[in-house]
Amino acid sequence: MKLITAIIQPDRLDHVREALIQADITRITVSRVTGHGRQEDIEFYRGQKIAPNLIPKVRLDIAVNDQFVDITVDTIVKSARHGAGGAIGDGKIFITTMDECVRIRTNERGGSAI
Amino acid sequence: MLKKFSASLLLVMAAMMVHGTGWAAEAVVTDTGTTSWMLTSTALVLLMVPGLAMFYGGLVRTKNVIGTMMHSFGAMVVIGVLWPMLGYSLSFGPSILGGLVGWDSKYFMLQGIDDTIMSTQIPEYVFAMFQGKFAIITPALIAGAFAERVNFKGYLVFIALWCILVYSPICHWVWAADGFLFNLGAMGAIDFAGGTVVHISSGVTALVAALYLGARRGYPRNVMHPSNLVMTLMGAGLLWVGWFGFNAGSAIASNLATARALTVTQMAAAAGAFTWMVVEFLHHGKATSLGVASGILAGLVAITPAAGVVQPLGAFALGAIAAVVCYLAIMLKGKLGYDDSLDAFGVHGIGGIVGAICLTFFIRPSWMADAATKVGGSWTVWQQLGVQATAVGVTIVYAAAVSLVLLFIVEKTIGLRISENDEMSGLDHSMHGEQGYGLINPN
Repeated sequence: MKLITAIIQPDRLDHVREALIQADITRITVSRVTGHGRQEDIEFYRGQKIAPNLIPKVRLDIAVNDQFVDITVDTIVKSARHGAGGAIGDGKIFITTMDECVRIRTNERGGSAI
Repeated sequence: MLKKFSASLLLVMAAMMVHGTGWAAEAVVTDTGTTSWMLTSTALVLLMVPGLAMFYGGLVRTKNVIGTMMHSFGAMVVIGVLWPMLGYSLSFGPSILGGLVGWDSKYFMLQGIDDTIMSTQIPEYVFAMFQGKFAIITPALIAGAFAERVNFKGYLVFIALWCILVYSPICHWVWAADGFLFNLGAMGAIDFAGGTVVHISSGVTALVAALYLGARRGYPRNVMHPSNLVMTLMGAGLLWVGWFGFNAGSAIASNLATARALTVTQMAAAAGAFTWMVVEFLHHGKATSLGVASGILAGLVAITPAAGVVQPLGAFALGAIAAVVCYLAIMLKGKLGYDDSLDAFGVHGIGGIVGAICLTFFIRPSWMADAATKVGGSWTVWQQLGVQATAVGVTIVYAAAVSLVLLFIVEKTIGLRISENDEMSGLDHSMHGEQGYGLINPN
């Protein structure tokens, strides 16, 4: 079991979400986060271009069984990119080993609880 | 005090006339009471625009909140520029082109009214600005129908053209002294504060636009939750408050007519909200905040054309009827499957039509008596119903036809419907390069 954490651009959320659903990955948690990256976000504030310190991002947390890691990661990479070549700030994916998964309703454990 | 003053002024005037100085045009002086109320009303109607921005903004998804609020503010900006330049003259100038619109070059940039005091004893500047607020809010209402899926530039061009080619002509027909609907029948088509001019014209255009541009991506399969009902409720509250300027200000006076308009406005809004709440209790077992807000609006929209002629009982009836009919219309929308996203047609179009038609049955007897005297005989409810139906029919047909042409032109040249990619990213990012909500959950 792996925990896949993806940090993506907020404007690509719907693209990624729909692509994941197409790929049958439907159990995801989404949150708004902020962070530092290499990217300089361009926003306009009262006509001034500003580069804020903390940049808004969207974080996806997806717990998967091992055989689904590749398809999940590939789907996110493909759908979260801006343009064909990607752009700075498109985000990162972290994959960590997950010790246990518990379904609260049934107290089921392990891979079948995902 | 004022009476004495005008009486002595009349004497002076009479003396002047005897001496052959023809200053008759200067006879009207400013009435400070009326002017103060009209200034207040002008501000109140403008307050409805940010109110509408909040109402609509709370109903869309988080990624579109800025884009949606900017539709209202965009109208404030574009029409704010266009109205003194062209709109006022096109609406309230003397008829040209066989009465299609008005025009008087002295109204261009409001040049010729620097010293004008109108016969209603207010400076014409106040009247021009008061009417300008109506011209601002009307196209902003349409935006509810195509929320979350239009190009900002295309939208701005569309509302500018719409203001000139749809709003101004209808406004001229209904409200200008030489407009043909103003003079239809015994005492004209009754449209006190904009049932046809504002609500039916914008509501019908909204329906045409929703049908022409098509549904949002994923509608109706995906549920699209309102981002912030708290903001929607505050917006509905501001609209209710602003509506006192909208309706009571339309008396262009500060007297009995104003008091009547204010009273029936308050009662219709409450009756509409109350009825909607009861219908929801019966239908779903729960009263929703959005239902209450919609009921308030349905009642306010329905009383808008009627505020000058109905009595409190009629106001209750109009508010209640409008709430029921709008509720059914919105249910029917779900069945028919077109995407009038924020129910601009369901509330403003339907509510406006209900108000403009049904008011006929609640007109105060003294108005009917005056109408009968004016035509020198009898004037029946059914004759007035014919006049009302004509005004409604003309507005629907004209607004729908011209709007369809405008939508087609803007879509084919600048582009109105945004690309699928931009729609998925949301208007805030794709149109404005901003985001509305900081760390609130995405949806």
